[in-house]
Amino acid sequence: MTPQALWTAFTTIVIREVRRFTRIWPQTLLPPAVTMTLYFIIFGNLIGSRIGEMGGYDYMQFIVPGLIMMAVITNSYSNVVSSFFSMKFQRSIEELLVSPVPNWTILAGYVAGGMARGLSIGLIVTLLSLAFTQLSIHNLLMVVVTVILTSALFSLGGFINAMLATKFDDISIVPTFVLTPLTYLGGVFYSIDMLPSFWQGVSMANPILYMVNGFRFGILGVSDVNPFVSLGMILVFIVLLAAVSLRMLARGKGIRH
Amino acid sequence: MTYALDIEGLTKNYSDGFQALKGIDLHVREGDFFALLGPNGAGKSTTLGIVSSLVNKSGGKVRVFGHDIDTDLSSAKLSLGVVPQEFNFNQFEKVEDIVTTQAGYYGIPLRTAKVSAEKYLKKLGLWDKRHTPARMLSGGMKRRLMIARALVHEPRLLILDEPTAGVDIELRRSMWQFLEEMNRQGTTIILTTHYLEEAEALCRNIAIIDHGQIIRHTSKRELLQQLSVETFVLDTEQPLEKAPELSAFHASLDDDGALEVEVAKGQGLNALFIELENLGIRVLSMRTKANRLEELFVRMVEENAREAEKASGVTA
Repeated sequence: MTPQALWTAFTTIVIREVRRFTRIWPQTLLPPAVTMTLYFIIFGNLIGSRIGEMGGYDYMQFIVPGLIMMAVITNSYSNVVSSFFSMKFQRSIEELLVSPVPNWTILAGYVAGGMARGLSIGLIVTLLSLAFTQLSIHNLLMVVVTVILTSALFSLGGFINAMLATKFDDISIVPTFVLTPLTYLGGVFYSIDMLPSFWQGVSMANPILYMVNGFRFGILGVSDVNPFVSLGMILVFIVLLAAVSLRMLARGKGIRH
Repeated sequence: MTYALDIEGLTKNYSDGFQALKGIDLHVREGDFFALLGPNGAGKSTTLGIVSSLVNKSGGKVRVFGHDIDTDLSSAKLSLGVVPQEFNFNQFEKVEDIVTTQAGYYGIPLRTAKVSAEKYLKKLGLWDKRHTPARMLSGGMKRRLMIARALVHEPRLLILDEPTAGVDIELRRSMWQFLEEMNRQGTTIILTTHYLEEAEALCRNIAIIDHGQIIRHTSKRELLQQLSVETFVLDTEQPLEKAPELSAFHASLDDDGALEVEVAKGQGLNALFIELENLGIRVLSMRTKANRLEELFVRMVEENAREAEKASGVTA
């Protein structure tokens, strides 16, 4: 395929993905907006006002970056895992498999689709947060790079999950039992400085901690970890998961007999 | 010579040890209308699945218009349109979106894709339904949608796996006309079907596959010439109480009282009518008892099964 044809194939996949999540917006865009608003009201306003400051900022300001990141992570992952698995389930994935689109373009299209949803939700949550607190950006480049890379990483994670899944239960196991606990324990609601040293050490093994803190550094200028280490870790994981995804596609894992 | 589809020594072994294809060879000429026939589980869909990249092969070579799927898969795919047996589109998407999205996967820009989609949706009688979600279509419409989708990038080889399964006879006939027109315009067509009448009506060349092996690969004409005896059903003016004794033909009465006569190749029908006339039996109408190809097909598959049993030492 020519570069122009590849671009058309890539944008076709992305447009189809965007059309899918916007068509079912009550299932995709609305719930995170409602959930995050409740977090802002309950944790930020009601409980947060009694907690006082954290990391030199009032509690609402402290948790906003983490909550935005949580929404981006969850939605990037969910979009790819549910869309790709549905295509497998309905066998409409065969439309792509019979076509000349190379595997890397298929992967790039799905990841871009996941990022489109993750970043859209991130933007919605950011706008909602402005109703509760003021956000001053400390380092815009860090904010943008961290959120884009994190979104790409979790889109890749969702893709691998969808390739391996054989039934609908399989696509909810990782978000429920892995992503949610890691996100809650990844410093969204607290600074790991508050933890005993042993649990601080354990927390450092949580990759989501680095993403939340990298993003928080971009917005507030405070972080529990070195923000450049955060970026480095995200990049390493992206390369790793992309390699795994491409290998699975090449072998036709779960999609070719 | 470059074939539209050229398969050599194709094998497929599943992880459970089942050997679906045992080294088949298949050659389909450009412009041909070709039928791949076989009983359920014979290996038809596996073969077509490998050609269309939905099934990984275990061994052998597959070339589409000379493009080897191992070394030049992209070119092979560009030449190929596939209509699978099962519905495999997103049921929630609109008809036109399904077709234009497929075109996009082939690198066709949306504006061109829309023109091509309109052309095929109109030809297949689906243009009025272009804004309808696919799940709202009838079974026949869904089959036609899959044909439109397979043609949107103007492939030179169209593969149809049971395209008229579950389609009523009127629609089946209109689909035959459409496929014949596509073939006349130069598209090579390969189809699998359970309706042998369909293969007999449409195809010029035929391969019969059974137990993962090609047991016959020839032209329809040559195949039909192998039919040594044909059975004709004759409706007589007066009902017969028993089958007449004919000197050169074997005759019997069917359950409805119609006269069935077996005519061997080369006997000719004139002799039969002279004998019937002499016996005072007037014939009102006549038809063949079964589809000729079907008769041959059943015979060949049964022979193959008997040979396989002999070879494996199994006795009945």
